[in-house]
Amino acid sequence: MKHIVLTFLLSIGWLLSSHAIAAPSGVKLDSANINLRDEASLQRGAQTFVNYCMGCHAASFMRYSRMAKDLGLSEDLVRQNLMFVTDTIGDTMTISMRAEDAQKWFGVAPPDLSVIARSRSVDWLYTYLRTYYLDDSTIMGTNNLAYTNVAMPHVLWEQQGYKTTDTDGNLVSATQGNLSNREYDLMVRDLVNFLAYISEPSKLQRLDLGKWVLLYLFIFFLVAYPLKRAFWKDVH
Amino acid sequence: MFANMMNWIDARFPASKLWREHLSEYYAPKNLNFWYYFGAFAVFLLVLQIVTGIFLTMNYKPDADMAFASVEYIMRDVQWGWLIRYLHSTGASAFFIVIYLHMFRGLMYGSYKQPRELVWIFGMLIYVALMAEAFMGYLLPWGQMSYWGAQVIISLFGAVPFVGESLALWIRGDFVVADATLNRFFALHVIAIPLVLVALVVMHIIALHEVGSNNPDGVDIKKYKDENGKPLDGIPFHPYYTVKDIAGLTVFLFLFSLVVFFMPEGGGWFLEDANFVPADPLTTPEHIVPVWYFTPFYAILRAIPSVAGSSFPGVAAMGLAIVMLFLLPWLDRSPVRSVRYRGPYFRTALAIFVVTFVMLGFLGTQPATPTYTVMSQVFTILYFAFFILMPFYTKYDKDKPVPDRVTD
Repeated sequence: MKHIVLTFLLSIGWLLSSHAIAAPSGVKLDSANINLRDEASLQRGAQTFVNYCMGCHAASFMRYSRMAKDLGLSEDLVRQNLMFVTDTIGDTMTISMRAEDAQKWFGVAPPDLSVIARSRSVDWLYTYLRTYYLDDSTIMGTNNLAYTNVAMPHVLWEQQGYKTTDTDGNLVSATQGNLSNREYDLMVRDLVNFLAYISEPSKLQRLDLGKWVLLYLFIFFLVAYPLKRAFWKDVH
Repeated sequence: MFANMMNWIDARFPASKLWREHLSEYYAPKNLNFWYYFGAFAVFLLVLQIVTGIFLTMNYKPDADMAFASVEYIMRDVQWGWLIRYLHSTGASAFFIVIYLHMFRGLMYGSYKQPRELVWIFGMLIYVALMAEAFMGYLLPWGQMSYWGAQVIISLFGAVPFVGESLALWIRGDFVVADATLNRFFALHVIAIPLVLVALVVMHIIALHEVGSNNPDGVDIKKYKDENGKPLDGIPFHPYYTVKDIAGLTVFLFLFSLVVFFMPEGGGWFLEDANFVPADPLTTPEHIVPVWYFTPFYAILRAIPSVAGSSFPGVAAMGLAIVMLFLLPWLDRSPVRSVRYRGPYFRTALAIFVVTFVMLGFLGTQPATPTYTVMSQVFTILYFAFFILMPFYTKYDKDKPVPDRVTD
């Protein structure tokens, strides 16, 4: 009897420890090490997102007003620096390009990035945005280690510069960008942090509330269990 | 004052009588252990799913163009929407964990055996209804895994000889999973199946209270009664088991909250990564996996090779795997209920069955490589062997003597 239960629990544990979904590509993912509580990082990420990504990608589930509130920015600041396609602070972060046009121009419509950090994972995004390399065989002239034959060109090339692959398949610099490797990594890290934030704006609230819920249940148990003991005193 | 009011009600509705029959004078064995919490947890989860479901329905839009966005709207713009949604999504997986443990309890202690056959049958019907409920609910967020999971499962009906294609078309309401499918699944998920579920749960409990609860010793507590006709080894459900279940429920809620607040994706098992991509009928995901609670049966489906180009044998085997569970009360020929007093054959068979079920569950989540396919086939055979051989190994088992009264 005991070992039936033990076998059962062990097999469940083993099952939960092996991950359900395998990484889509063979490349080793670098850890993004993001911090959702780092407001300055999120603000820099928002800036990069609006300046570089929102040319083609929307985040159509995310509202500017919510972002202003969560990132500690005044509505005026957001209006002046981060809102280019609308004047209404309650609007979501949509773009002007229509999906049908994008499909025609790029072959594939750039996906909405509202929940991209949840479908792709932050580590994947962090790796992907840093592993573009020159490749003449593609239309855009660039390819990517994490996403083979991706339709998106290397939008951040001015910052990173172009990379190329050496004989071992490692990335080496081909042209110099505005930023050093370290500065570029930090820029991408801030951007990925922002993408993680917009994928679940309530996450910090969830984590903070969770602690109180657990504390409440713990205290409630300290009442419920002695109550059970008291009632059961005469049983047996 | 209160007594007068109760008299007034009792003259018109049997409130006190129901209270006595099902709670204050329902005598449950005093030795119910850890495994007997899961029935109460399941009732709690049923209520939780209904209540959170009602609030989700207030903002969810069952429309192929709006469904995905409306879920994200709930997650962001609806007050406490994220909490309600995570409670509902975590509740679905928790429901199956609890139900599987509840069923395993029945298997261990022979709770399906005479005179509790109907309790078991009603329970199995609840399980089947719950699978339908979960399957239809999983389509509603309209993500890639919702869409393609439904596509794969509905196309299984297409494997039924002669009427298959018409049947699949009738279920979908379109040639592919589409808006019509989403609409009808919504209707079935929020009203039709919940009604059936609640009715079945009521019957499950009425049948149980008619025959009385089994216990870890599998002995009949009604054999020995005191001068008032109360079972000597029984205690009233209320207050004894109500206070016990409240304490147990607190522990359960602690674990449940750990998931809801700190890992609502459940490591990709409860909310799959691919379901954060909106459904796209033109792009098939690399790896379509049903949600974890269906995977044992999915593994059986894939283990059976097609015959003459038809995957019907696999579909039939999957159906049969569930039918087997219904037959349990009549397959078990042992005079002993509880595993405590069963002989080595049954104990070994049960241990193998547990490993088999978990392994099939694992294999159902993996791509069908040749090794995994052979493993699925071996475990499928073991799964069916547990049931088909049961009349023999339970009949000839060296059972131990069963005590007259409960032992602890």
